[in-house]
Amino acid sequence: MSLNTLSIKKAREGLSKRQFSSVELVRACISKIKERKNLNAFITVCEKEALEKARQSDKKIKDRIDLPLLGIPISLKDIYLTKGIRTTAGSKVLDDYIPQYNATVVKKLEDVGAIIIGKTNCDAWAHGSSGENSDYGHTKNPWSEAHVPGGSSSGSAVSVAAKMSFASMGSDTGGSIRLPASFCDVVGLKPTYGRVSRYGIVAMASSLDSIGHFTKNTDDSALMLSVTAGKDLNDSTMPSKNVESYESYLRRGVKGVKIGIPKEYFALGLDKRIKDNVIKSVKSLEKEGAKIESISLPNTEYATACYYIIQPAEVSSNLARYDGIRYGSARQNFGDEAKRRIMLGTYVLSSGYYDAYYKRAMQVRTLIKKDFDEAFKKVDVIITPVSPTLAWKLGEKTSDPLLMYLSDIYTVTANLAGIPGLSVPIGFIDDLPVGMQILGPQFSEGKLFQVGKAWENINL
Amino acid sequence: MKINVKHIAKLANLPLSVEEEIKFEKQLLEILSYVEKLKKIDTKNAKITSQITGLENVTSEDKASPSLTQDESLSNSKSNHNGLFKVPKIL
Repeated sequence: MSLNTLSIKKAREGLSKRQFSSVELVRACISKIKERKNLNAFITVCEKEALEKARQSDKKIKDRIDLPLLGIPISLKDIYLTKGIRTTAGSKVLDDYIPQYNATVVKKLEDVGAIIIGKTNCDAWAHGSSGENSDYGHTKNPWSEAHVPGGSSSGSAVSVAAKMSFASMGSDTGGSIRLPASFCDVVGLKPTYGRVSRYGIVAMASSLDSIGHFTKNTDDSALMLSVTAGKDLNDSTMPSKNVESYESYLRRGVKGVKIGIPKEYFALGLDKRIKDNVIKSVKSLEKEGAKIESISLPNTEYATACYYIIQPAEVSSNLARYDGIRYGSARQNFGDEAKRRIMLGTYVLSSGYYDAYYKRAMQVRTLIKKDFDEAFKKVDVIITPVSPTLAWKLGEKTSDPLLMYLSDIYTVTANLAGIPGLSVPIGFIDDLPVGMQILGPQFSEGKLFQVGKAWENINL
Repeated sequence: MKINVKHIAKLANLPLSVEEEIKFEKQLLEILSYVEKLKKIDTKNAKITSQITGLENVTSEDKASPSLTQDESLSNSKSNHNGLFKVPKIL
């Protein structure tokens, strides 16, 4: 068995028993990155630095230092600021940008011993559902290279699916972790808004951006959240909520857990085979003792429209800072998708249109959030598909922005409501991976891991 | 429905070619006609949600802490002079 296929947990065990070294783990990942270079998962690979860090980690392990991620190679979406390592956000505007400081999450990960193996490709500015909006070329799906890997955290999902890194940090503003996780057969977590610090991560839409990660399984996802979550004085949008012991949820099973199935997420437009797979998975949780209840989230139909007003409005404001003076290059270097969103956002915020678009969307956001508040009075978690379709062919939606936007139909709701969502693999259809989404109330990540793990156990 | 792409691009300080103006006008109109569906909902009694944390007036202690040096601050700038950012003339 190759070392890069291990879970973080198994790799940590092997390291502390000195069965293999961190240098070997890094080498195994680097060799996979080189072998599958055509997937275009990375923008920057930090081979030399990672190997040096691995040597230091091996010394620490020898000295019996024990840290949760000591010696483990991970990757970061190229929107995480890394001191001294180029950070492009997938855009030529930041082609030569070398950050002077680390994002809070990067510091936290390094503090617990993680080794950064590289910066992953993504849709420029995290704008996209397919990975095709990167100015550094599109990323390919490792299961079928003619298909998209999902976006915008495309390279991050691929780096874990293709065993190039043990975990990868991404960002999810409307589905950018959950969608690629489902298309690439890995576990993807979008935490509660404000659970993980946004400081030092290139901002897309600041009231929606959630900082999460990709892993090979639920155990590792819980481990990653336990080291990345928690208050940061540099991010003033983080409620003071204690970080729970997520690991304690993993062995609880689903007996008595109430699972809601919202009819709006299983309606017209959903691939029947995906529907059948999700329902089958829910049924198997029922056999383990979960209680299944049919529920309604009546404003679901309006979520995508609401999201495509609020999100571009915030994008246009966040991207206004790129003037090429303090860093980066001039505004004509923005790609098409960024230009579209800047203009859409500017339009809905402009004089005479604000009330009709932006204000109305913020009111609809309240209604969507209320739908979830009501639902979670009745059930513990909600299970839905992640995407209405399987991964599509590269190029299929690039000339039709609206069609591309509609691929986020089941994921944008969690960002509008600020709740967490976990995407877990549930199998393959036509040789392409399918995922299932588990949603819960704000700060209920433990519960999501509990259900995700129970599902994994059924499939062992 | 109409959208004045030239005007919007000017507000957004976004230089566009004529071809881009034509392409974006069509695409933006498609997106705007899709979001029209929000007009079907009764929002009369709905409050606005601009953020979901419920936090208000988050402040930090008024205390100086270490920050970037002048050289570090300027390290990504393509145009600076005497330790300052050089900007285009605006007056």
